[in-house]
Amino acid sequence: MSDHDHIYSTKFQDKVERSTLVMFIMTALTVAVGGIVEIVPLFYLPNTAMSGGDGTFNGTQHKDLQGNVIPMDKIVWNPATSEHKSMDDWQPGDGVRPYKPLELAGRQVFIREGCFLCHSQMIRPFRDEKDRYGHYSIAEESMYDHTYQWGSKRTGPDIARLGGKYSDEWHRKHLKYPRDVVPESVMPNFFFLENAKVDVEKTTKTMAVMTKMPFNPVPKTIYSAEYIAAAPEALKDKTEMDAVIAFLQSLGNHVKFEEGVNYRD
Amino acid sequence: MEAHAKSVTVKYDMDVVRWFTIAAVIFGVVGTFIGVYVASELAWPFLNFDMAEITFGRLRPLHTNAVIFAFGGNVLFATGYYIVQRTGATKLWSNKLAWFHFWGWQTIIVCAVITLPLGLSQGKEYAELPWWVDIMIAVVWLSYGLNYVMTNVIRTTSHMYVSNWFTMGMIVMITYLHVVNSMAIPVDWATSYSIYSGVQDAMIQWWWGHNAVGFYLTGGFLGIMYYFIPKQSGRPVFSYRLSVLHFWTLSFGYVWLGAHHLQYTALPDWTGSLGAAISLAMIIPSWGGAMNGMMTLSGAWDKLRTDYILRFLVTAMAFYAMSTFDGPVMAIKSVNALSHYTDWTVGHVHAGALGWMSMISFGALYHMVKKLWNTEMYSDRLVNIHFWIALIGAVTYVVAMWVSGIMQGLMWRDYDEYGTLTYTFVESVSAMHPYYVMRAVGGAIFNLGTWVMLFNVVMTIRQASATRATNPVAARA
Repeated sequence: MSDHDHIYSTKFQDKVERSTLVMFIMTALTVAVGGIVEIVPLFYLPNTAMSGGDGTFNGTQHKDLQGNVIPMDKIVWNPATSEHKSMDDWQPGDGVRPYKPLELAGRQVFIREGCFLCHSQMIRPFRDEKDRYGHYSIAEESMYDHTYQWGSKRTGPDIARLGGKYSDEWHRKHLKYPRDVVPESVMPNFFFLENAKVDVEKTTKTMAVMTKMPFNPVPKTIYSAEYIAAAPEALKDKTEMDAVIAFLQSLGNHVKFEEGVNYRD
Repeated sequence: MEAHAKSVTVKYDMDVVRWFTIAAVIFGVVGTFIGVYVASELAWPFLNFDMAEITFGRLRPLHTNAVIFAFGGNVLFATGYYIVQRTGATKLWSNKLAWFHFWGWQTIIVCAVITLPLGLSQGKEYAELPWWVDIMIAVVWLSYGLNYVMTNVIRTTSHMYVSNWFTMGMIVMITYLHVVNSMAIPVDWATSYSIYSGVQDAMIQWWWGHNAVGFYLTGGFLGIMYYFIPKQSGRPVFSYRLSVLHFWTLSFGYVWLGAHHLQYTALPDWTGSLGAAISLAMIIPSWGGAMNGMMTLSGAWDKLRTDYILRFLVTAMAFYAMSTFDGPVMAIKSVNALSHYTDWTVGHVHAGALGWMSMISFGALYHMVKKLWNTEMYSDRLVNIHFWIALIGAVTYVVAMWVSGIMQGLMWRDYDEYGTLTYTFVESVSAMHPYYVMRAVGGAIFNLGTWVMLFNVVMTIRQASATRATNPVAARA
């Protein structure tokens, strides 16, 4: 008997090794399992902020102190039920809303400059992070973030709740020449953002794209045709610096968190 | 005599392998050089030179893409095409398709070099390249997959060799990952946005992120390990059964690990915990595989004294074992609470990238250069010098990041006697400075080694081509 006919493992393994096709199929099945188990449920389970874009949600199971499930429109802004009906009337605490045109333009610059490589937007439920950054982040807060920006590294501090912490003027100075404000900073100077005007066309197109997303689109009731048509006016003469500052100031104050409520279960 | 029919000399398609080899050596220099530069920017921010194109945020993706896709990719393709032909005793299914693959891949690299400094980023780590480059990657990758699988089909040997299992696993998994993770709607030629958002996007991104490591940078490189360690040491693989176990458990298990990047985030707890549990379990196949590589040297350990190429290969296994211990430890939730967001992660990645992936690549590349050009190295001494430079550089880098990472984590969570945070964030930034300098130095040392290799390889090829003019190299089985 030649060595090639001897089976050193099992009959099945031997069969797999002899046939490229069987090996291919077995491998393709084996490597598919983990991803399916971990990813697919996230599109169906509650507390993952998955919306149909028409006001329907998989829902939350967050319970208030009386044990009642917190209704979704307390967490995600719903113009139909909120006392503030338009993007311009929206107030912090009304719930998660999509970005305004200038903020959206700023977010594009934020991604372009790779800011997420050093600044996370995901606060974890620890005492020190609460003291340093604020309430831990919840899924709904990034539901409109197509291309999520949670980040993986804090070379600089987390910015998930940066909105309102500093003045626009502080941000302008800091973004231009960070070491003028924070001498130990290792952040690059971004003074050149002041020399570039916001790309109006790109921003309005982005708004239209956001309403077409298959998962968690911005509802067309919010990014209505009129709202998108009015965007160029809001972006007129704005610099990329203005846009980034508007984006940073919009972060983290959308949801009114109630003391003592566990938003993680 | 019939039985000997198969040992007749096979004419391989090795030209394309030579070109992939040369590309790999060059991009080893380029990728690590950009790495040294971005590391230096964090140590000395003036190096950003107020030029948008070379700020840290734009160059860092160029570094990761260069080392993973340009260096790592060319290594994988060179070794893959080399191994599949030799273990299958066959030519490539399509030499033309392999050349399409070569030029396609180099074009993608050129696109990366142009688009990333211009700020064309999709905002996903290791998947920053613009949407139309993603399409190019998919096309070129499928051409590679088709050619690789078909070459296995036309092999003249009875069984598929273990290296080819790993490479095929990589090809399948990277196809899944790249296609699913890159789903985006373009706004214009430069900008596109992921069709997923928030939690789902995060999970899909780290399913991609960790399996680019697990299959591309581990599976593919384990294929290298299973071929080149036995070849270089002249010993058979220590245990065939262990390699069977290694392959199936790794293929099944690695896929689950992405979730451990998202512990304590808004991702549901069960997903992160599942990722952590399987991460711990993965110590078993990983160490099984590492032992399998190391123990292949049983009875031939003395060769390490004289065979410098073997030193690279075996040291790589030591780093592989170390990184695959480090990783599961970091996946434990309580450890992750400290390590996440810190330089510890960067240290862990580079223990793998510099110690395991690069070392095994260098060893394999030296081995192949000798065989492909049918010659000895121009200087064995330089191979040895490269080995020590690479080792010192890697250890310096990794130690710096481990120390700074743990220090960062401890500073962030430290409270004083009054119950307030002891350190401001910026105090942790300035405390990192010495380690950022040390990291840049470690990286620079490592980069120096790649220059030594480039020089040595260039001289070797020049020396070989002088003889080749009169005595054409016949590829041998």
